[in-house]
Amino acid sequence: MTISDEELAEQRAGIDRIKAPSRLRVVAGRFSRSVQGRIGFALLALMFLLAFAGPYLGRWTYTDKDFMAFLQPPSAEHWWGTLQTGADVYAVTLRGMQKSLIVGLLAAVIGTTLAAVVGAFAGYFMGWADRSLTWITDLMLVLPAFLILAIMSPLFAEGQWPLFVLVLALFLWMVTSKIVRSMTISLKEREFIQAARFMGVSPVRIIFRHVIPNMSSLLAVDATLNVSAAILTETSLSYFGFGIQPPDVSLGSLIADGAKTAVYAPWTFWFCAGLLIVTVLAVNLVGDSLRDAFDPTAKRAGQ
Amino acid sequence: MRECDERQAGTGARPGTNGRADLADPVLEVTDLDVTFGSGPDAVRAVRGVSYAVRPGEVLGIVGESGSGKSVTSLAVMGLLPPHAHVTGSVRLRGQEILGATEKTLTAFRGKTISMVFQDPLSALTPVYRVGDQIAEAVRIHQKVTGQQAARRAVELLDLVGIPNAAQRAKAFPHEFSGGMRQRAVIAMAIANDPDVILCDEPTTALDVTIQAQVLEVLKRAQRETGAAIVLITHDLGVVAGSVDRVLVMYAGRPVEVGSVDDVYYRVRMPYTMGLLASVPRLDRGGGQPLVPIEGNPPSPSALPPGCPFEPRCPIAVPACAEAEPALEPVGSPGHLAACVRAGEIEAEGWSPAQVYHAGTGGPDEQGPETPPVHLRPVRLPRDERDVVLEVKDLTKHHPLMKGALFRRRVGTVHAVDGISFDIRRMETLGLVGESGCGKTTTLMEILQLTRPQHGTIAVLGHDTARLTARERMAIRRDMQVVFQDPLASLDPRMTVYDIIAEPLRTHGIRDPGPRIRELIRLVGLDAAHAARYPQDFSGGQRQRIGIARALALEPRLLVLDEPVSALDVSIQAGVINLLEDLKNRLGLSYLFVAHDLAVVRHIADRVAVMYLGKIAEIGQVGQVYDAPMHPYTQALLSAIPLPDPGKERSRRRILLEGDLPSPASPPSGCRFRTRCPKFKTLDETDQARCVDEEPQVRRLGEDHGVSCHFAEKLDVV
Repeated sequence: MTISDEELAEQRAGIDRIKAPSRLRVVAGRFSRSVQGRIGFALLALMFLLAFAGPYLGRWTYTDKDFMAFLQPPSAEHWWGTLQTGADVYAVTLRGMQKSLIVGLLAAVIGTTLAAVVGAFAGYFMGWADRSLTWITDLMLVLPAFLILAIMSPLFAEGQWPLFVLVLALFLWMVTSKIVRSMTISLKEREFIQAARFMGVSPVRIIFRHVIPNMSSLLAVDATLNVSAAILTETSLSYFGFGIQPPDVSLGSLIADGAKTAVYAPWTFWFCAGLLIVTVLAVNLVGDSLRDAFDPTAKRAGQ
Repeated sequence: MRECDERQAGTGARPGTNGRADLADPVLEVTDLDVTFGSGPDAVRAVRGVSYAVRPGEVLGIVGESGSGKSVTSLAVMGLLPPHAHVTGSVRLRGQEILGATEKTLTAFRGKTISMVFQDPLSALTPVYRVGDQIAEAVRIHQKVTGQQAARRAVELLDLVGIPNAAQRAKAFPHEFSGGMRQRAVIAMAIANDPDVILCDEPTTALDVTIQAQVLEVLKRAQRETGAAIVLITHDLGVVAGSVDRVLVMYAGRPVEVGSVDDVYYRVRMPYTMGLLASVPRLDRGGGQPLVPIEGNPPSPSALPPGCPFEPRCPIAVPACAEAEPALEPVGSPGHLAACVRAGEIEAEGWSPAQVYHAGTGGPDEQGPETPPVHLRPVRLPRDERDVVLEVKDLTKHHPLMKGALFRRRVGTVHAVDGISFDIRRMETLGLVGESGCGKTTTLMEILQLTRPQHGTIAVLGHDTARLTARERMAIRRDMQVVFQDPLASLDPRMTVYDIIAEPLRTHGIRDPGPRIRELIRLVGLDAAHAARYPQDFSGGQRQRIGIARALALEPRLLVLDEPVSALDVSIQAGVINLLEDLKNRLGLSYLFVAHDLAVVRHIADRVAVMYLGKIAEIGQVGQVYDAPMHPYTQALLSAIPLPDPGKERSRRRILLEGDLPSPASPPSGCRFRTRCPKFKTLDETDQARCVDEEPQVRRLGEDHGVSCHFAEKLDVV
């Protein structure tokens, strides 16, 4: 019930023109107040910075091979050492990270959005919309995702990674959409949704203004999990030689290669594995704080 | 004064109870009970220094609003609080200290010497065991009897609490019982071991009024049989007035007034109790005078003011009130205690609640029903000359009852609404009342949906809903708005108040809703600074005001109110009712007011329609229906409602209905009420045959008064 003094002061200032803060600003404000969220966000930003700005600092590019140094430990010349092929670990790891970060985040956002929209429409309209959408969801669930991705892998070569992201996302949304659908069915009976209906708000607007925001906590958590899932799927696909195709690299293919030499040349494995772990951890921290930020009933930071 | 006579008549009515109560030692003695949740600065002091004692055969009522600590008190007595609750003080049961006793000792007492009846009878019974077995279990825990004996005792107990055909019903599962029957079963369990004390925590709050009357009757019978002392915890001042000997009023975790029921009701010495009494809408008093709400909200138990916790809301507060919390001190007649600095002054001056709470326009509240109401209603044209805002004719809604998973087939029909007709004119309030399951919510939804009904017609502002285009429907949505029962559920928890009120405006194409929102927030008595907050930052009454502001945003002409005050505390409820009444007069609104609380309807409505099982039983002007009800159901309904007036309560004749509402899937033939009708039993065979065969239609009897009963006759029941 009590609101922190800052907020009260903020409100007092706004009495004259009651411009209530938009939902986005409130969520952003609450997110930035949580320590966990700030750490996660900083880590993630750092990872992006490293992945995209890092290569300019290094002397080598990911296609370069140093024929004078095969499988060398970290040194002034090669900061994170070299691979068996003479490639610079620093350069290839960052290149792999670029791919993994983009693939992971994009696939997760697309997958979760798809889940929310499909589930909410199916649950809100019921009837034939529900039947056909549920049928599609069930169909997608029984398809062997990994196998299809493996078969389609030749298509992903030559910079076709956006297609890869899309296909990856297509296999990420089904379970969540089923949860969203059942939550929508119960949410639909809630009085505030009925109130909106009796006010004349159109069904599509109700879905986007009332139904989906009320599931934002679930969706935030789901998106977080999907980031890890997408990165890991991509990693495991690349590990088996599908997914990102050479000469391009991803964290997955690097880990796959590095695993063979991990025992006697740990630098080939630990840098890429460590960065993967830090990325997934950062995303999880962000997701957790986002969930709390979305939920106005959650105990607020600073209280 | 008239009250004195009533009191004397009242004390004369039950001399036995008082005599016995004075002689015996208390069976339950609670002294200085303190309950604190948590520690440090965030600690919530839920109960602060509650003391009371009950003697055998005595009924003590504990009254308070939600959050006043009344339920926590009883849980503390039973030792049922979670471990993180810090309890101090003393609870003596038959002289033995049970606070802090071991679990083993407590278990020996619970159910045997002290038992409890909870509010929600569904969650108080295990769903997977038969009701009889559960009662038998309660018997066998404390008595050495065989299974058969226990089962026989269970049937006896069910019979005692008035469950028909007890031997057979004992084999039923809890979900096969109706709410009233479940509560009877819970009472049967509570008295299974002949306890000395029965704690009843809001035993009738979840029940309909006619069922509430039955259950209160059962409690009285149970008390007679066992001679137990009863502690009746409730928020309903009417229930307390009719069935207890002494009252303890709680506020902010403390008792603020204690005394015999007559002392507390007729010689109130604490402003809070006065406020409670003045804010209850009364069945025996017509509308006209606005209710007297208590301003403000109860303090948060984690941030109590240093002085009297009621001081911020008290109309007669003096500087001394804010300094220290007043102790509970004797005032007036023996046994009457009040915690107020000015209690002595009130005693000496003999102030009445109305004098303390200046109602503004209304005079003293004791004028009684015969005085012409002093009010500010605007002059209205006669009813016939005003426009019809809503007209419902022969509305029918049947739900199919389907069975089977693969091949769904229709096995029956639920007659939710079965041909009802009424109309609402401009600036008029129609109250639609009835018990749960009578079809009032279905009627409401049918009207709000604005689609073609299954049968009959609905015309909103002259437009037949069956022939609406999408554009017209949108235009009518503007003119007809709704306020829901649960203010928290009807406001999107993810939106700020600003966005909530802006929604209808934006939907109907108003670009800059800012100024209008500020106006609306002021109109419903909130602060414009509240716009940036979320609904959960508000109290119940404030939330309902937000809901009303949203409904008023588009300047509608008809407001549909679905139990708008039933989720609110009495003192808050009064404020919302006054607001609704004020808005109606200022903005020229018409209301369709759906409620189960007949007292509220009497206060706010101009006309009332009583529904029973999908049909209208009686419809007409509020004064006529309430003062001279003609349908036996209306008579029973009105007589079942407890009045917050002990004298009147004792002298009233209560018409108890038997049994529960029949299933709407198979309504009785002919008159639907005949299975429970007290009048039906007094008729001879030919007349009874008429009730069975012929369905009564609403007949006009007198000016604007219609009754659907073949044998309607007037009866004074209030």
